[in-house]
Amino acid sequence: MLQNTVWWISLILITLTAAVFAWVAVGAGQTADAEAVQRRAYRLRTGWFWLLIAVVVIATATTLTALPYPDRVSQPASRVLVRATGAQWAWTIEGPDIVVGKPIEFQVTSTDVNHGFGLYNSDLEMVAQTQAMPGYINRLRYTFTTPGTYHILCLEYCGLAHHEMTGDLVVKAN
Amino acid sequence: MQTSNVASRTPAGREINPVVVAYTAISSVVLVLLMLFGLALRLAQAEWLSLSPDLFYEVMTAHGAGMVGTAGLAGAGVMWHFLSRYVRLSQGIFITNLVLFLTGVVMILAAVFLGGFGGGWTFLYPLPATSGGVWDPQAAALYLGGLLVVGVGFLLFYLDAGRAIIAEYGGLGAALGWPVLLGTPAARLPEPTVVASTMVTLVNTLGLVSGAAVLAASLINLAAPNVAVNPLLAKNMIYFFGHVFINATIYMTVIAVYEILPHYAGREWRTSNPFLWGWTTSTVMVLIAYPHHLLMDFVMPEWALIVGQIASYAAGLPVLVVTAYGALALVYSSGIRWDAASSLLFLSMFGWAAGILPAIVDATIMVNLVMHNTMWVPGHFHFYLLLGMVAMIFGFMYYLGRERGAAEGALDRLAVWVFGLSGLGFALVFLYSGKQGVPRRWAVHLPQWLAYDRLASLLALAVTAAVLMFAVRFLVRVPRLIAMR
Repeated sequence: MLQNTVWWISLILITLTAAVFAWVAVGAGQTADAEAVQRRAYRLRTGWFWLLIAVVVIATATTLTALPYPDRVSQPASRVLVRATGAQWAWTIEGPDIVVGKPIEFQVTSTDVNHGFGLYNSDLEMVAQTQAMPGYINRLRYTFTTPGTYHILCLEYCGLAHHEMTGDLVVKAN
Repeated sequence: MQTSNVASRTPAGREINPVVVAYTAISSVVLVLLMLFGLALRLAQAEWLSLSPDLFYEVMTAHGAGMVGTAGLAGAGVMWHFLSRYVRLSQGIFITNLVLFLTGVVMILAAVFLGGFGGGWTFLYPLPATSGGVWDPQAAALYLGGLLVVGVGFLLFYLDAGRAIIAEYGGLGAALGWPVLLGTPAARLPEPTVVASTMVTLVNTLGLVSGAAVLAASLINLAAPNVAVNPLLAKNMIYFFGHVFINATIYMTVIAVYEILPHYAGREWRTSNPFLWGWTTSTVMVLIAYPHHLLMDFVMPEWALIVGQIASYAAGLPVLVVTAYGALALVYSSGIRWDAASSLLFLSMFGWAAGILPAIVDATIMVNLVMHNTMWVPGHFHFYLLLGMVAMIFGFMYYLGRERGAAEGALDRLAVWVFGLSGLGFALVFLYSGKQGVPRRWAVHLPQWLAYDRLASLLALAVTAAVLMFAVRFLVRVPRLIAMR
């Protein structure tokens, strides 16, 4: 699950940052010549800067290859179209049966305010999402690999019963 | 390389403007109150406190709008305090901003707790006018009007700052150090405070104009529902305003670090070319990174969303390479004197640097697909706002007290430790909940999420207690701060 990777990367980076700050704080009681420290820090900073630039370039190049936007997710013309419409405070799902392995295009919209179409698997792990906005149709392309009952949770605050705006989606085995 | 330093220009014991004290004192009281609101939200999600959904969303709206505004107020107090040492600011405008702020706050609180408005601080169009019968258009109008009044005050504040900076430095570009970067002979090197204030003045003026425009449009829509607003345009304008404004609060309060930490370390914080490049980069990146709030709006132009991701990555560089790194180099083997002020300011550098890491991760489009609007989002912004900006604010307050000879004790040291550790835990629980897919802004949580909510509630209680200690400590010193003018 991508979320686990993201969590561990973030936790490691935060821990490393904390370690550096703790190391400097603990050693701050000693004194060294300010000019010498500054010269050394400036030298190190150049390397630190280019290291970060390299990380940014690699992360950008790697992650922009997997965009979820409809023009980037190629699907055959025979894909199944499923209309998902949000309205305070329920989802209406219209379309044929959803079957594992069959490419689906969710056409997500709203009749009143902004909602968020959050698609969760049966273990309540999020698998994809898009916004539901009045006057617009967001096309979310997804192919299910596991059958079961999926859940739709509203992910954009929409008023009093926002937390009750949920729905189920049955994905059948092929 | 030309350098300038602030340490020699800001001797301790200078006059403290009573309006700065008023800004700071009001901010500290409101911060504690709003933290109690936040605690109530977590307790309700933990099922340890009974809040009806309508009340939950009202408190949530007040907590969000109030925190953003209060962060702005506190930041403006810090900025005015130090910037007034370099340029001639108008005290009348400074007071006007405070009066408009308080007026707006009264309007917002009345709209929320008397009118029942619970549209969230983001007031996403057309939710204010489409409440499902929960609140009246009048309550929505009062809320939006209150925000507009607050925004007008801040706009006046920045216009005055811009005027004063231009009068002293000859232009905003000059105050950002562009002539120095371009190698212009005899170019004046602006001080760190001036550079930061200029950046904030530039970006926040644009942000506030965008916010005011969408607020006005939403108000017109409330009065004449047949005058519709494009919801995608409104969303862009709201997030541009919100993103710029909340970021600017940190860029204002970090001035306290530039000005105060050098005193403690006995070293200079120099304006250097990397420093100027960093702030110019931040100016641009803060303005163009805002589409990272709309990554899940698939109808947005794809190039804008890609720019949002790349600009979000780039926006982190100046923090990591210039400010946080600069603070580390400043403190390293400096023999620094640790007290509440210096500890909080140093902690704030960690909070900011570490807090932007999960923010940058979430700005990655493929990650945002499974993290957007989960608890990960409040996780990262509570990280750098609580451990970053709030730590800067209270570091500044302790410094003001210290300048007037106020003593500190074991209780202050304990409060700093409790604040740092429980704040870190609080933010991490938020992030972990987001990783588990828990949606943000839900009044009622599923049973499997309650353990996170309960742990977060305990940690929030500890953070609030520590901040209450900071605030009380500052408030009892207020008479001394004013009397020793």
